[in-house]
Amino acid sequence: MAAKHVIDPITRIEGHLRIEIEVGDTGTVEEAASSSTAFRGFESIMRGRDPKDVGLFAQRICGVCTYHHFERGVEATESAYGVTIPPNARMLRNLIWAAQLVNDHTTHFYQLHSMDWFDVVSALDADPQAATDIALQYHDKPYNASVSHYRAVAERLLAFVQSGQLGPFAGGYWGHPKYRLSPEENLIVASHYLDNLAIQRLSAKASAIFGGKNPHPQSLIVGGITSARDALDAHRIAEYQFLMAKSADFVERAYLPDMALIGDRYREEALAGEGGGLGNYMSFGALSLDERPWENRAFFLQPGLITERDMSTVQTIDPMRIGEEVAHSWYTYEGGEESLHPLDGQTNPAYTGFGEDGTLQTEGSYSWIKAPRYDGMPVEVGPLARMLIAYAGGNESVRTIMDDYTSQLGVPFEFWYSTVGRTVARGLETKIVADYVPTMIGNLTSSVSNGDDRFFNRFDAKDGSGWAMAEAPRGSLSHWLTVQGGSVSNYQAIVPSTWNASPKDGREQMGAYESALVGQPMSDPTQPLEVVRTIHSFDPCLACAVHILNRDGEEIAHHEVEV
Amino acid sequence: MTQTPRKHDPDAQANLDKRTLEHYEMLAAEADKNLDRLEAQAPLKDITLEDVLKRRGLSRRDFLKMSAVTTATLGLPSMFDLRVARAQEVATRLPVIWQELQSCTGNSMALIRNTNPGVDELILDLISLEYAEVLMAPSGHQADAVLEEAIERYDGQYIAVFEGSVPVGDDGNFLTIGPDGHTGMRIVEHVATHAAAVITAGTCAAYGGIPAARPNPTTALGVGDFLGQRGISKPVVNLPGCPVSSTNVTGTILEYAMFGRLPSLDAFNRPLWAYSDRIHDKCERRGHFDAGEFVEGWTDIQGLKDGLCLYKVGCKGPMAFNNCGVVRFNDGASWPIMAGHGCIGCSEPGFWDTLTPFEQPLAGRVYSTPFGTDADADTIGTVVLGAAAAGVAIHAGATAIKSAQEQRQGKQKEQ
Repeated sequence: MAAKHVIDPITRIEGHLRIEIEVGDTGTVEEAASSSTAFRGFESIMRGRDPKDVGLFAQRICGVCTYHHFERGVEATESAYGVTIPPNARMLRNLIWAAQLVNDHTTHFYQLHSMDWFDVVSALDADPQAATDIALQYHDKPYNASVSHYRAVAERLLAFVQSGQLGPFAGGYWGHPKYRLSPEENLIVASHYLDNLAIQRLSAKASAIFGGKNPHPQSLIVGGITSARDALDAHRIAEYQFLMAKSADFVERAYLPDMALIGDRYREEALAGEGGGLGNYMSFGALSLDERPWENRAFFLQPGLITERDMSTVQTIDPMRIGEEVAHSWYTYEGGEESLHPLDGQTNPAYTGFGEDGTLQTEGSYSWIKAPRYDGMPVEVGPLARMLIAYAGGNESVRTIMDDYTSQLGVPFEFWYSTVGRTVARGLETKIVADYVPTMIGNLTSSVSNGDDRFFNRFDAKDGSGWAMAEAPRGSLSHWLTVQGGSVSNYQAIVPSTWNASPKDGREQMGAYESALVGQPMSDPTQPLEVVRTIHSFDPCLACAVHILNRDGEEIAHHEVEV
Repeated sequence: MTQTPRKHDPDAQANLDKRTLEHYEMLAAEADKNLDRLEAQAPLKDITLEDVLKRRGLSRRDFLKMSAVTTATLGLPSMFDLRVARAQEVATRLPVIWQELQSCTGNSMALIRNTNPGVDELILDLISLEYAEVLMAPSGHQADAVLEEAIERYDGQYIAVFEGSVPVGDDGNFLTIGPDGHTGMRIVEHVATHAAAVITAGTCAAYGGIPAARPNPTTALGVGDFLGQRGISKPVVNLPGCPVSSTNVTGTILEYAMFGRLPSLDAFNRPLWAYSDRIHDKCERRGHFDAGEFVEGWTDIQGLKDGLCLYKVGCKGPMAFNNCGVVRFNDGASWPIMAGHGCIGCSEPGFWDTLTPFEQPLAGRVYSTPFGTDADADTIGTVVLGAAAAGVAIHAGATAIKSAQEQRQGKQKEQ
């Protein structure tokens, strides 16, 4: 009979996530349930506010995807007001977006995810000379790779471990049989873990040049952007460029070689399809290339939908086909609807708690996350989805970097449909975006040096509905807004982790996390490294996922609780 | 350590009057006593400062210079430079537990992006970070075990840092954490009860922040208010900001290491060294305010280019208390006012409700006393031209608001 295992808290993520798995006699995950265990009631807080403030409120949904909720919130109001921003404002927003993406992806891999792949204790046994030789196999100028550097890193880690004060490394799954790297390889990745603690500050700093600060930038306004003075200052642009160039250098000489190393050592898991999941991939498009409404806009990474891993067709996204279900979530819909479009969204909490054995009641409701579906279908969102859609859509730089990767590794395209593939795709995307930054800077400088000093377009505030769709680093993010009597009457956000971490829907279809976990062989369910690795490969961001809007804020105070 | 310019002349000590000097000498004696005590404790980490400096490529002299900067940021005279340096040496003896509640993780992210010390130095070399969900390797039962071990081992000695508010509605069920699904309420009680002191990082933990904004759907509270309601008596330092300025976190921890007690606080339990000045008082655009030169609206591109005062586009700098303009963010890269956006007063209690709409100047409401009850920004602008006294009037207005908030706060506490 299957044994149930609870993993809560899932650490090294944003927010509060609980995963429960049932492992059968064969040591394979048979059932998986993903639950968010925190609720803040964001959308009812938005109600009655000035639509121009929506971005700053929405931004506080998440301090990790900090910029993206800000941008989407501002865009939702722009859409409701029918205002188009000037090109300079779009280009500055893109520069903040790109810096945030590079920051997010590198921080995610090294600080939040890498310890699922490298064993810090094993790194202590490494021979610094051998580590240097290995690093040279993966890049001809590997980052901070020298006998002296690796020796210093090993000594630093050793001092740390010997002190008995392991700090963040305490209680890890060290020595777990599913760690595949040699001591030297572990030392290389450990070294980059430490390097990135310093390097990630640079891209955050770059985003703050046009954003004012990070986390929680504060320079976007409905109709444009306020940091005109920075954009017109060659020194500020150069500072941004310099910081991003240093970040890109780290991506090129550390992050990508580590992706090659991990793909190499974990190829078996990848080719076995571990963590592959749904096979439906969706993107709303990343980096706007013009200021037109979303339906007509061109993107650097195109929007679209791929179903059942069919790479021959990229389907067009119709925003009206998005719906959210609550069959297994701690909410009810007033009319008992199976699914509601976000513009008609409701959020009436109905917490039913855990079962008598202290675990999730998966036959009933078990999460603060709703189940968003596209055309009734669960989808995966995130860097892998973006890369696959761009690949299928014929994006040349994406095709080249993905094909080069698989051919160097000698693996088929199916490599990508796995936990390993998801993690590697994030790394390759970082490179694609980092490489595009100089072009973006060139576009801005040529615009302002041609005398365009428009950073804001005038608008008339009016009632109506608006929405904004685009990609955040973790995946597809949409904000939906209705303005009545000059203030917000309904607000709904469907965020990447809502798509990925969703519980089952009314037709018992699993969300992306759950689907990726089922079938996972476990070497020891009490040391659930495999589960944590797969969940982290999605880059969970849970504060985002539990948002919720309520058309009638009062109801929250009167909901029934059955505990 | 921060890279802020010194606020004080190095020789300012000589000019201190006798009473102030006596006060500082008393403080210094206290610091020495506490540092002696900490130094006598067994180190939690077998790392000497010399190792740390060597790795960071710093000389002892560089280190003392950086300590001097920190001393100035903390608002202390230079006689404390050496003591700040000592505090950094013994800070490894300070266990810290960082617990997230109803949060967005923005404060953890701010800490990760701190410079001098960087997060690598902070977690590997300086403090002993026992528990921090965003950084730690283990999940689930193993993570829970790490927390319980740390609480037991350092009972009464660790600093509990909270990020995020505590929801008390629905018996606390809006937030559960850990394999046993404990509520946020229970976790705060448990972690705070065994702590030496509590630090709240960010406005949510300090005052409830955005979850507590109208209509406060989960009945979210700041950690201090929650502990007060539960009758748990613990020293609480509030470090509001959305997110908190990481300098204020590291500075407070160092100050605690130095004196063994919490810094002097204002009425909202904010350290005076960081929160005693209005944003407006230390604003780089202050000269334009005094000269009556404003960005008139977002179409005023020339005003934005010239970096004029943002009061008329809603800046809440005159009502907000923090050191943002001095330390800035992200290694001094910028701060909102530098980026052309008004301050939103994010370190003030209740700012989501009291200081919104953000783009609307609070003139009519705030500056009623000196300029008549319906004065708006234009009136102020007119009056300001040639009237240096206006700055004083603004402060009178902001002080009135602040005392009103204090009264409200006081009432809440009584309830």
